[in-house]
Amino acid sequence: MDRNQDNIRNFCIIAHIDHGKSTLADRILELTSTVALRDMEDQLLDNMDIERERGITIKARAVRLLYTADDGNEYIFNLIDTPGHVDFNYEVSRSLAACEGAVLVVDASQGIEAQTLANTYLAIEHNLEVVPVVNKIDLPSADPERVCGEVESVIGIPAMDAPRISAKHGTNVKEVLEKVVREVPCPSGDPSAPLKALIFDSYYDSYKGVIIYVRVVDGTVNVGDTIRLMATGAEFTVVEAGYMGAVDLVNAGKLCAGEVGYIAASIKSIGETKVGDTVTNAENPCDEPLPGYREVNPMVFSGIYPADGAKYGDLREALEKLQLNDAALSFEPETSAALGFGFRCGFLGLLHMEIIQERLEREYNLDLVTTAPSVIYKVTLTSGETVFIDNPSNYPDPGVIATAEEPMVKASILAPSDYVGSIMDLCQERRGIFKDMKYLDETRVELHYELPLNEIVYDFFDALKSRTRGYASFDYEFMGYAPSKLVKLDILLNGDVVDALSFIVHTDKAYLRARKIAEKLKENIPRQLFEVPIQAAIGGKVIARETVKAMRKDVLAKCYGGDITRKKKLLEKQKEGKKRMRQLGTVEVPQEAFMAVLKLDE
Amino acid sequence: MSKGLYIHVPFCRRKCLYCDFYSVTDFSLSDSYVNAVIRNIKARGERYDTVYFGGGTPSLLSGRQVYAILSAADIESCAEISAECNPDSADINKLSELHSAGINRISLGIQSLDDRELKMLGRLHDSAQAVLAVKNARASGFDNISADLMLGLPFQNIETVKSNISRLSELEINHISAYMLKVEENTPLAEKTELVSNIADDELSADIYLSAVELLEEKDFYQYEISNFSHRGYECRHNLKYWKCEDYFGTGPSAHSCIDGKRFAVPKDICGYIYSERQQEIITDENACSDEERLMLSLRLAEGCPIPENGGERIIKAAKELQRHGLLNISDNRIMLTPKGFLVSNSIICLLSEAMEE
Repeated sequence: MDRNQDNIRNFCIIAHIDHGKSTLADRILELTSTVALRDMEDQLLDNMDIERERGITIKARAVRLLYTADDGNEYIFNLIDTPGHVDFNYEVSRSLAACEGAVLVVDASQGIEAQTLANTYLAIEHNLEVVPVVNKIDLPSADPERVCGEVESVIGIPAMDAPRISAKHGTNVKEVLEKVVREVPCPSGDPSAPLKALIFDSYYDSYKGVIIYVRVVDGTVNVGDTIRLMATGAEFTVVEAGYMGAVDLVNAGKLCAGEVGYIAASIKSIGETKVGDTVTNAENPCDEPLPGYREVNPMVFSGIYPADGAKYGDLREALEKLQLNDAALSFEPETSAALGFGFRCGFLGLLHMEIIQERLEREYNLDLVTTAPSVIYKVTLTSGETVFIDNPSNYPDPGVIATAEEPMVKASILAPSDYVGSIMDLCQERRGIFKDMKYLDETRVELHYELPLNEIVYDFFDALKSRTRGYASFDYEFMGYAPSKLVKLDILLNGDVVDALSFIVHTDKAYLRARKIAEKLKENIPRQLFEVPIQAAIGGKVIARETVKAMRKDVLAKCYGGDITRKKKLLEKQKEGKKRMRQLGTVEVPQEAFMAVLKLDE
Repeated sequence: MSKGLYIHVPFCRRKCLYCDFYSVTDFSLSDSYVNAVIRNIKARGERYDTVYFGGGTPSLLSGRQVYAILSAADIESCAEISAECNPDSADINKLSELHSAGINRISLGIQSLDDRELKMLGRLHDSAQAVLAVKNARASGFDNISADLMLGLPFQNIETVKSNISRLSELEINHISAYMLKVEENTPLAEKTELVSNIADDELSADIYLSAVELLEEKDFYQYEISNFSHRGYECRHNLKYWKCEDYFGTGPSAHSCIDGKRFAVPKDICGYIYSERQQEIITDENACSDEERLMLSLRLAEGCPIPENGGERIIKAAKELQRHGLLNISDNRIMLTPKGFLVSNSIICLLSEAMEE
């Protein structure tokens, strides 16, 4: 294989959800004959069920393609797929760092949209060459001229000669590949320098151990080399080094500067292979790692419990398996008086949490109860000791708290200027501190806010989307802790505190939140044999109250000889239905009730 | 111990709107049917201390047919022998015939004493006929008379129910079965949305039921089961067997039996029944009369359920919470539901049976 870097093009595709990223990727795979047509499965790159259903990419992925261009040369394309959601922002930035170019896909009738903007800016920040492409020209409402003009004015890159394509029908897709050949720069690393490679993804394979996806920046890595992962210092012997075919990994024996590929080195734990870390040669290490690495720490915590207590072991096993592929997931055992044995899990954000929960339920067939998400609070006690609290039920008694601090984030929101008012209202409601606002052009603004993380973990992104009709994009980074007036709100059912429903809230928000939660619980708790008071209290003081009325009628009036078998079956069914409920003291609470209190803005 | 004998008489002149019991209108089959009943009773050969002719409309049978059936069975001398009878077929001749044939308890399908309600239900009789039926039964020698009453009919309210009960209690009867109407799937009533949408909701039905229980007690009809009330000593002994998990043998299409811990049913097929030497019996439950089933059935009774040895402590703990809310009483090592508890008995049974299993 010719290892001339001139023939390598490393690029990714940036697109708004539904603008056709996966379809274009599939067409490119077809055109480069990487996948035989009969093996084509729609959206090959997104191979997790959840990804296909939600139409999102969760984990980055990469594939190597061979393309014979019009100039007669054969090129190696490394196509790197990127996630689009803010929870996975860091993964996006690492994927981009592995590329020299980005294909920006824009829908020919909808035009450029918010979510693509942030990623496009990120690409430009990484000095990527952006190749705009207008997709879906087959639609009657397509207006490629207008959309190209928009790309030029909003992003500020030339777009008039952007390929007009229909990924669905395969129209002009070849033109995209020719553009990539001509416009995306080839890599320019030094093959003879010490090894320096960026880890942009990894996953656990039960036969080979952890497989790391790397972009080799400088040097060469060979099978048999000892490599060092610079952030953790861990060293391993390379067993395989090669590239990603569309279906299988292909062991080429080595990887050189400019190439994108994988390394298998009998690595047992994904915790040692952190995305963003630099791989070097243990005997001939490079001077300093690649820039931009940071620890990915969970920001959001929640308790996950098996609906059936007997499945605790299964849940642990499932979490362990998921963690093999997802280093950002953390968990440790915890016990709740209400829910029994479970785990306190840490996530990157709310979407990450939902995805993990869905995968546990779907791939591991578990019924779960999840508690309200929490962030980590920093509490200084009157004794001078500082504690970090990730579980509201461990929140110290107000009497021993000297100061309480909560995590703050720097948030940036991009949106059409029409929505500035509603975005400001939303941030205001969420205790945001306005920093600045600037116009990107006459129609688009960027707002900066400082927001408490606990105000955005619930449903901020959903609320933002619904108030801006999906046009706003949102990004945040952790900035530190700030003192805050926090209280612990307890929920009592039939007079007993349900620890799993307790949460920490800002004093000013406590009353409103308490009332909404009480209402939601009332809607979601079915009538019981007796009246159930729902109370929300701070300390001993009740600040909101609702009542679930007692059930009046649940009886089979007639029960004679012929009915008895039937009645017994009805009873079995009713008992089966009860099993789906959580017994909290004397009250039966359906699992949905726990989820419902998380979505108070609906 | 003597068993109960149930005979399902699957004939009706016309089907009532709300009924989902098995019946046909071709009465020409009745003689072959009676022969089949006799064959099956003889083949089973048990001794009985209660007999119950249910339906359908048992009063469509002639006295001669009833006599033939009773003669085929080994029946104790003091046995309770009941027959259901519709007021429209309860003339004095028919009732005398039945009485002479050996029936000693008559259960009249009165359902209501309000003519509009009766018409709405598709019944063939009116209130005058109902009143007359009770008189005729007395005149024919019956001194154990029961009346069916429906609660929670469309457009019904507490006042109309009370007036129904007051009028009914003035008649010379000893027993009242008062049922809350349940709209069964696949009945004509279920299709009549105008009626169905005017059936009392859970709140009102519960109030109707509670005031019915109260008024009935006032009139000396004591509640002994969720839907059954009687003067002291006039409880239906046959039906009590169902709730006390005692053995009974059922014959006739759609009849059910419970013998030696097994429940079985006869297919709903009159011709199949007539033309078989012995009725086909399909096992519906191999594990009848389990602790759970005894709990489920005996909690229907006012006398309640003895606290089982198995899981007794957990049951008492659960029961005490319910007692606090007035849903049951615990005394003499028994759990007895209150009328308010009867109304939610399905949920209570579930709860207690779970406590028993844990």
